[in-house]
Amino acid sequence: MHPAPSVILFSSLSGAGFGLLFFLGLGFPITTGWVAFVFYAIAYALAVGGLLSSVFHLGNPRNAIKSYSQWRTSWLSREAWAAVSALLVMALYAALQVFFAITVPPLGWLGAALSLATVFTTAMIYAQLRAIPRWNQPATPAFFLASALASGALLSGNVVAAIVLLLALAAVVAFHWWKGDRRFAEAGTTIGTATRLGGRVSLWEKPHTGENYLTREMVYQVARKHAVKLRVIALLMMSLLPVLLLLAFPAHHWLAAIAVLLHLAGIITQRWLFFAEAEHVVGLYYGAHIGRAAAH
Amino acid sequence: MTALPTTTKKKLGLVIDLDTCVGCHACVTACKGWNTQNYGAPLSDQDPYGKASGTFLNRIHSFQVTPERDDGAPVLAQTVHFPKSCLHCEDAPCVTVCPTGASYKRAEDGIVLVNEDACMGCGLCAWACPYGAREADAAAGIMKKCTLCVDRIYNENLPEIDRQPACVRTCPAGARHFGDLADPTSDVSILVAERGGVDLMPEQGTKPVNQYLPPRPRDTIGMTGPATGAADTLSGEEDILAPFLASVTEEPQGFLGWLDRALEKL
Amino acid sequence: MNQPVLNLSPKVSDEIRKTTCYMCACRCGIDVHMINQPDGSQKVSYIEGNRDHPVNRGVLCAKGSAGIMQHNSPARLRAPMKRAGERGSGEFEEISWEEAYSIAESWLRPIRETDPSKLAFFTGRDQSQSFTSWWAQAFGTPNYAAHGGFCSVNMAAGGIYTMGGAFWEFGQPDWDRAKLFLLFGVAEDHDSNPIKMGLGKLKKRGAKVVGINPVRSGYNAVADDWFGITPGTDGLLILSLVHCLLKAGKIDLEYLRDFTDAPVLIDADPASPTHGLALLDDDGHKLVWDRTEKRARCYDAADVNPDLAGVWDVDGVRHRTVFVHLAEKYLDAAYTPEAVAGRVGIPAPRIRALASEIARVAFDEAIELDREWTDFRGRIHKTMKGRPVAMHAMRGISAHANGFQTCRALHMLQILIGSVETPGGFRFKPPYPKAATAHPKPHSKVTPGAPLDGPHLGFVQGPADLALKDDGTPARIDKAFTWDNPMSAHGMMHMVISNAHAGDPYRIDTLFMYMANMAWNSSMNTSGTMEMLSDKDANGDYVIPHIIYSDAYSSEMVAYADLILPDTTYLERHDCISLLDRPICEAEAAADAIRWPVVEPDRDVKGFQSALVDLGARLGLPGFVKDDGSRKFADYADYIVSHERRPGVGPLMGWRGNGEETGRGAPNPAQLDRYIENGGFAIAHIPEEAQFYKPWNKAYQDWAVEIGLFDKAAPYLFTLWCEPLRRFQLAAEGHGDRQPPEPLRARIKATMDPLPIWWDASLGQDGDGEFTVNALTQRPMAMYHSWGGQNAWLRQIHGRNPMYIPTKLWELHGFEEDGWARITSPHGAITVPVAHMPALNANTIWTWNAIGKRKGAWALHDNAPEVKEGFLLNHLIHELLPPKRDGMRWSNSDPITGQAAWFDLKVKIEKVSAPDGARSKPDSGTQKSPVGKGPDALAWEVG
Ligand SMILES: Nc1nc2c(c(=O)[nH]1)N[C@H]1C(S)=C(S)[C@@H](COP(=O)(O)OP(=O)(O)OC[C@H]3O[C@@H](n4cnc5c(=O)[nH]c(N)nc54)[C@H](O)[C@@H]3O)O[C@H]1N2
Ligand SMILES: Nc1nc2c(c(=O)[nH]1)N[C@H]1C(S)=C(S)[C@@H](COP(=O)(O)OP(=O)(O)OC[C@H]3O[C@@H](n4cnc5c(=O)[nH]c(N)nc54)[C@H](O)[C@@H]3O)O[C@H]1N2
Ligand code: SF4
Ligand code: SF4
Ligand code: SF4
Ligand code: SF4
Ligand code: SF4
Ligand SMILES: [Mo]
Repeated sequence: MHPAPSVILFSSLSGAGFGLLFFLGLGFPITTGWVAFVFYAIAYALAVGGLLSSVFHLGNPRNAIKSYSQWRTSWLSREAWAAVSALLVMALYAALQVFFAITVPPLGWLGAALSLATVFTTAMIYAQLRAIPRWNQPATPAFFLASALASGALLSGNVVAAIVLLLALAAVVAFHWWKGDRRFAEAGTTIGTATRLGGRVSLWEKPHTGENYLTREMVYQVARKHAVKLRVIALLMMSLLPVLLLLAFPAHHWLAAIAVLLHLAGIITQRWLFFAEAEHVVGLYYGAHIGRAAAH
Repeated sequence: MTALPTTTKKKLGLVIDLDTCVGCHACVTACKGWNTQNYGAPLSDQDPYGKASGTFLNRIHSFQVTPERDDGAPVLAQTVHFPKSCLHCEDAPCVTVCPTGASYKRAEDGIVLVNEDACMGCGLCAWACPYGAREADAAAGIMKKCTLCVDRIYNENLPEIDRQPACVRTCPAGARHFGDLADPTSDVSILVAERGGVDLMPEQGTKPVNQYLPPRPRDTIGMTGPATGAADTLSGEEDILAPFLASVTEEPQGFLGWLDRALEKL
Repeated sequence: MNQPVLNLSPKVSDEIRKTTCYMCACRCGIDVHMINQPDGSQKVSYIEGNRDHPVNRGVLCAKGSAGIMQHNSPARLRAPMKRAGERGSGEFEEISWEEAYSIAESWLRPIRETDPSKLAFFTGRDQSQSFTSWWAQAFGTPNYAAHGGFCSVNMAAGGIYTMGGAFWEFGQPDWDRAKLFLLFGVAEDHDSNPIKMGLGKLKKRGAKVVGINPVRSGYNAVADDWFGITPGTDGLLILSLVHCLLKAGKIDLEYLRDFTDAPVLIDADPASPTHGLALLDDDGHKLVWDRTEKRARCYDAADVNPDLAGVWDVDGVRHRTVFVHLAEKYLDAAYTPEAVAGRVGIPAPRIRALASEIARVAFDEAIELDREWTDFRGRIHKTMKGRPVAMHAMRGISAHANGFQTCRALHMLQILIGSVETPGGFRFKPPYPKAATAHPKPHSKVTPGAPLDGPHLGFVQGPADLALKDDGTPARIDKAFTWDNPMSAHGMMHMVISNAHAGDPYRIDTLFMYMANMAWNSSMNTSGTMEMLSDKDANGDYVIPHIIYSDAYSSEMVAYADLILPDTTYLERHDCISLLDRPICEAEAAADAIRWPVVEPDRDVKGFQSALVDLGARLGLPGFVKDDGSRKFADYADYIVSHERRPGVGPLMGWRGNGEETGRGAPNPAQLDRYIENGGFAIAHIPEEAQFYKPWNKAYQDWAVEIGLFDKAAPYLFTLWCEPLRRFQLAAEGHGDRQPPEPLRARIKATMDPLPIWWDASLGQDGDGEFTVNALTQRPMAMYHSWGGQNAWLRQIHGRNPMYIPTKLWELHGFEEDGWARITSPHGAITVPVAHMPALNANTIWTWNAIGKRKGAWALHDNAPEVKEGFLLNHLIHELLPPKRDGMRWSNSDPITGQAAWFDLKVKIEKVSAPDGARSKPDSGTQKSPVGKGPDALAWEVG
């Protein structure tokens, strides 16, 4: 799949934002006044900024409002609901803390739950797509949640939780890659099932000379070597290096900040791979992934 | 409206004959023409006189096939022209993922459509379609797809005989057929039964309505025995005097003698 | 929420106007949907097929359906132009029609008064040859022809000289009855839609389709069986099939006896001056041996019983029937499948199996219609017997230097099994069948200030008919109808520019061309041609002094002309698809059609034929002016209606006289309106009993006379033995006073055999073994030569033309995807992208024809793939063969008809790295666009 910057930013930043809101909602830490203001400013900047950037991805934003209508069937619609409700509930919870130094735990817990729900719905938008086998696996929501929580823990300064969650994230992401590399074959979709032609089948002529929406959006391919390098980089920046920093200097603010930046850079790299490595079965009709055989 | 109808009264769709499609692309431009002028936003083209990229609802892919024989003998390579447009799936993932309700499947005939007034151009439906049957239009910013010419097939401003998709009407080889695949007595259903029509990507669980008729067996002349020779020439080892070619010239006085007797018999 | 309410019956358009498509030469009927504009004008909104039309029955091909983009092309010329820069630069100045005409007149008038042959007028894709040739004849120049010479004259001439009709679009397989269909060397053909519709019919009935073609794509992709033959060897394959069928006696003796020259007596005495010619009676009728009366008799006697077998002495001279000659020749072991297999690249058992399949279907699945009919001898036949084996062929056969004889071989095969003009076989379309002897002969007698002595083109019967001056030099600039290629029935347009440039056989003053992209895809040796067109002599004048050209679009050729007469698009003018020319007839009906302006041009352009009418009047050409010198026709539409070729016979057959008469009748001023009312065409059905066996069918002959195809019944025998060929051979053997130049004697003797033969035509091309790979082009179904390239929709489908490489060569050279190759021929080299194709003859490479474009042409942007990677194979093909030992250079064409031998090309391949900018070579430079560039975006909805 084409790694569109807007979508990558959205899913990584908003993930981190909602992760932070989750911890604030649970009351780790409980803050008030300016400190609270700064925490919530960061959280909303990330979450809302992410949501906004995803709007740039729309061809016709005028109808964005209609995306609230299909919560019964559409994960994207559910995400829209989850996101606003999370943001509204947490806004109330935050306002009370910032301006009146009042903390209403049940409200926070609700906000926290909605924040995680938002991340989960985002993940399900991808996980539900059978046409993209790499995404179509339980590990997809797992790592979305893991990365939101890890980012949240890191941003909210819950060092111990952060270390644990960052390592968990590394594990889940590694599994997602391992499983993802097998998903296309498991899905069983091949040039044979795509055309239902017997024998060895390959593309002779594309239906058109230039690129089209489909080839641009869905027939994106990364070189294997390239991908492996990026996976290592992602793992290092996303979790291992931050973990080392946290273990080495638990309470050092500057280095914590660097850990956060490394982590976010790692997340973005991982999201880039999440898209770039995802093979859409339509690629078969354009001569991509034809080498792939079904798993037996 | 992205909940799928539990059942549809009719299952209107196309049956595409891969044994007959010559890959002429007539259905492609007929579709482009009709749908640029009709249903919803025109199908736009970017840099149409340079490095062009445009929206099409129907495209012809061409594949090469090298059949494998059970006995491993070489078989001549084949070329198959392969038209592809929306298959109007019964279990259409493109519909259920749509957040705005723009994508829907009509309860009365199963046609899958995009209500362009509601589409926000997020592209998720195109991601959900395994077949690449949806293309976001770069100029209009909304999703386009085969409408099964819903604005033709019921159109009272068209003569009865023209109430069929533009691509079907124009196909010179008659490789495209339109009809109700829910009705086992319809011409299309009978055709599918006779010619062993198949679903594309059945494992994707989309239950396509459109059916594809596979190419008939190829290269049978002189293929009575096991094949020999290079895969680009190929020769069947049938008994050296092919049937129907018993020589007349072995007879007394040879060919002219035979000729004389044959003429006498006329 | 429930589903939105749709308007299921939206208004489609305000009006439908029915005319004829011209995205290619197939001439399908189209319904043009019009939508009213606020300003009261109308715009074209959608084009679909006309269901009532005899050619396409409602279907349209990709090109036809994209016609709206052709009509709106940004490359359309806007006004007459005169050259402002050097030839080739594309710099022009728009001028008025008045100025354009006066420039043309200032060149043409003096020529006509002194030496009309200084004008060379050649037309390309046009559909009005009966009109343009009539104009040229009135002007008085012998130098006129259309594009047939480089197109497929072998097919036309081979068919007409053998059976009085040809494939091309002049006949059709019996799609409704054929059970086995053999398709030789066709990618698309002129009959684009009818062939697709026909294949559809065959497939529907489960009939077997066999594709004989080095490339397996398109029609050959749907063929049930594919024979990936070695290019140029079909003649050998066919003669081997003939061998097998003869040997097994699987031939239709009755058909051969009654309807062909098989029983005709041929002088078999090598000593006699008429050796190889038919025995004739005093009034020139061919004689056959009568089995019952044991004597030579006229072939058409009511009670004659012709004998196929035998050798007889008539007046002391030994005679043998054509059939005996034929049997002896092809029963020879040289034609056994085993003997030919290696050369044709098809194993002997498959060849034999194909022969066996033909025999099985022709004789075991024979069909019989119970339709009574009467033959030309007056004999009544209770039924119509049919051999349901149909065949069709086109340029794969004809675009080789041995193509004429190969076409004849194919027709001989059809005739031997009795499947021509019989049910299930091949059928002629009016005005065919028409014997070669019934066609005119070429005329070339020039008289200053006066018309030519007759029509330019025709069918020679022997040396006496050649177009030679009294001093024996060629009378025509293209050297058609000379000893080089005596039977060049369509002229040799591909030789005009190089001959004019060389001043051989003489210098001309004005080159006038119409609808032919001669500076690009329609010329061999494209780079060389561009140089010749812009070459200057010692005193700095162009070697070809004046060039007038009519095009509708900003093509490559436009840039090389001095004066441009801008044509309209096909929706903006009158055209006439006439029985005098290339009509749209069907096997069961005569039909013709028109185009008419369904929209008015929004540019200062004019239908070319109307411009010719104007020019004819200005020059005072006979036929174009009244006795008082005033103009005779207002415009082309007026000509179409009021011109009479023979009394009562004009360009259009329908609604003549009072409007009730068909074929014959006085001009009817309301004729065009009647055509428009009827959907743009007229049709006259052939009576049932006349629909088969047409050359010999009394009912058909009478019907043809009645509608004016000819003036008296003209039945004839198919000629397996081609006497005109033999007459040239006789001359080469030293008989007669008109003698060929010495260097040509041997070749004429060898090639002009009265019975079909095969020779390896690619020998001269292989540079003594250095160039061994065959290189071909194919027509893309969704693209028309160069002119489809300006079409925004079509060019998205075919904007690229890689060189397709078969697996063997792909692996041998270690090519990879998106790789490049340098392809070299004895004449030149190109560097082009390659792509792999398994379903391809192992020693053949090919590419799509005419995709490559010159930078600046067609209003395309410089980043267009056609300009960057696109290329022409033509750079590798020369109009002359490499010099021979004796230094002589023969033209790269069929020695008999002059057909351009596009497909004899031999090349060698090397793998190379992509050139900088991934731009294919050669770079043909840039031309300035007189019409600017196309828009950056399109969304063509007509409100
Ligand atoms: N390598 C290779 N070369 C080939 C061939 C091949 O098979 N291989 N095929 C050969 C054959 S058979 C042919 S016939 C030629 C065809 O080649 P051309 O005769 O050149 O055919 P086109 O390029 O389609 O069109 C010629 C010109 O007609 C112009 N034109 C289009 N519409 C109109 C109109 O309405 N009015 C006027 N006045 N002009 C118009 C176009 O703009 C174009 O400049 O190519 C030959 N060249
Ligand atoms: N869409 C479209 N239609 C067209 C045209 C166009 O440009 N586009 N052009 C029109 C014109 S001008 C013409 S002349 C006709 C020509 O129509 P076609 O005769 O179909 O012309 P080509 O495309 O040159 O096809 C030649 C075929 O012969 C094959 N071939 C080459 N050499 C040999 C051989 O030695 N033996 C055999 N058996 N096959 C061989 C090639 O692989 C190719 O398939 O098409 C007309 N129709
Ligand atoms: S083909 Fe694709 S777009 Fe059409 S219904 Fe099926 S999933 Fe949806
Ligand atoms: S692009 Fe339009 S139709 Fe498709 S999912 Fe998004 S809103 Fe629905
Ligand atoms: S049915 Fe209509 S919209 Fe669908 S492919 Fe055919 S022409 Fe296009
Ligand atoms: S129009 Fe018919 S034959 Fe041509 S590509 Fe489409 S389906 Fe195939
Ligand atoms: S074949 Fe196609 S382009 Fe040619 S006339 Fe017919 S519709 Fe037009
Ligand atoms: Mo041609």
